[in-house]
Amino acid sequence: MKLLRDQSAALRTRSPVAYPGGMARGSLRRALHLGLLATLPERVTDFVKFVLVVFAAIAVSPAPTFAGEGGRTAKPVIEIANPGKCIAPAEEMRRNHMEMLKHQRDRTLRQGVRGEPASLNACIECHASKKTGSVLGGNENFCQSCHSYAAVKLDCWDCHQPKAGFKATGVKP
Amino acid sequence: MTAPQIPDSNPRRAFIAAAGAGVAGLGFTVIAPGLHLMAVGQANAAEARKAGTVASPAVRWGLLIDANKCAPGCTKCIDACHTENGISEKLPDARQNSQWIRKIELVDRRNGRKTELPMMCQHCANPPCVDVCPTGASMKRADGIVLVDRHTCIGCRYCMMACPYKARSFVHAPLTQQNPEVPRGQGCVESCTLCVHRVDKGQQPACVESCPEGAMTFGDLNDPASAIAKRIASVPTTQVRADLRLNQGVRYEGI
Repeated sequence: MKLLRDQSAALRTRSPVAYPGGMARGSLRRALHLGLLATLPERVTDFVKFVLVVFAAIAVSPAPTFAGEGGRTAKPVIEIANPGKCIAPAEEMRRNHMEMLKHQRDRTLRQGVRGEPASLNACIECHASKKTGSVLGGNENFCQSCHSYAAVKLDCWDCHQPKAGFKATGVKP
Repeated sequence: MTAPQIPDSNPRRAFIAAAGAGVAGLGFTVIAPGLHLMAVGQANAAEARKAGTVASPAVRWGLLIDANKCAPGCTKCIDACHTENGISEKLPDARQNSQWIRKIELVDRRNGRKTELPMMCQHCANPPCVDVCPTGASMKRADGIVLVDRHTCIGCRYCMMACPYKARSFVHAPLTQQNPEVPRGQGCVESCTLCVHRVDKGQQPACVESCPEGAMTFGDLNDPASAIAKRIASVPTTQVRADLRLNQGVRYEGI
């Protein structure tokens, strides 16, 4: 206890000695504050002016334009070669085509089920572009148009043939 | 006569098949009103499987190759395979080209007798490629055809190392010239599919159809009435590396 009391006494007595410039630094800080405050009103008014000018510019500029017909949201442009014969309504196809194809691919490959309504080759039959004969190639082509619009990676066609009625040729060994 | 594939030989199947044949063309027997017994034991290479039905485990597709008939220097089966499966790439490094079927030459060093034969995926009953596949992409279909599911293949090539027949290839470059019925692409392992898309339509594999010598016979090993099963039951045939006990679906004659 005696030791502790001695230490605290030492601390108390040492503090003004340890920070001799305490008072001087405090006054400097106060002076700086005052300087800043003196300059603030000018800066605030400048800033407010700037903000007003920006808002005014936004208000008078023409409304942003979007692609597509009439809507505020851009819509993908889809070219369908043979419309109106799909295996399900368009809303269902848009939402579930990936699930349909996923289940079909597993049944066909693993169980050998053939002739299912959902099939990539059947998709191409109707949806391949009349111009290019493919569902890929440009942003108006069936698969690519929506997938590039929705930024969903399309890797079916890394392996599957995207052209309707394509005849493969072999190479001589 | 016993069926060549012991695990699937089942005397009841003969009864079911016979009963099914009674109701010609219907493929099922009426046991009681509203209760049908489906005949699963019947399959014919010349008969397409009905749409919506699964591959039957009662069938075991196989190939019998007569090496005595295989003409030296002939590559008709390879050409046909490449056309059918859209194998059209020619990479700068020829070792990287896909090879579903190749001709190999056997030489008897004692007397110089040469034998040529086509070698491809042997469609084993116990395939090592399926055993080692870490993702389950390498698989055997119920009717014995060994396939790669490219949707799950990660291209690790472990199956290529496991295959004793060097039957598998890895696709090294992007492809655009695929046959619509044979999807294939970069980053996956592939091999002979026994022309599964043709077999399901009731056709023969392209190599079998193209062979000018008639050296290849395709059919159901489990069906004692099929040409292939009859031939195997009557002449000596060999499974290559039979010591590995993989029970290959491809058999050879004259080696």
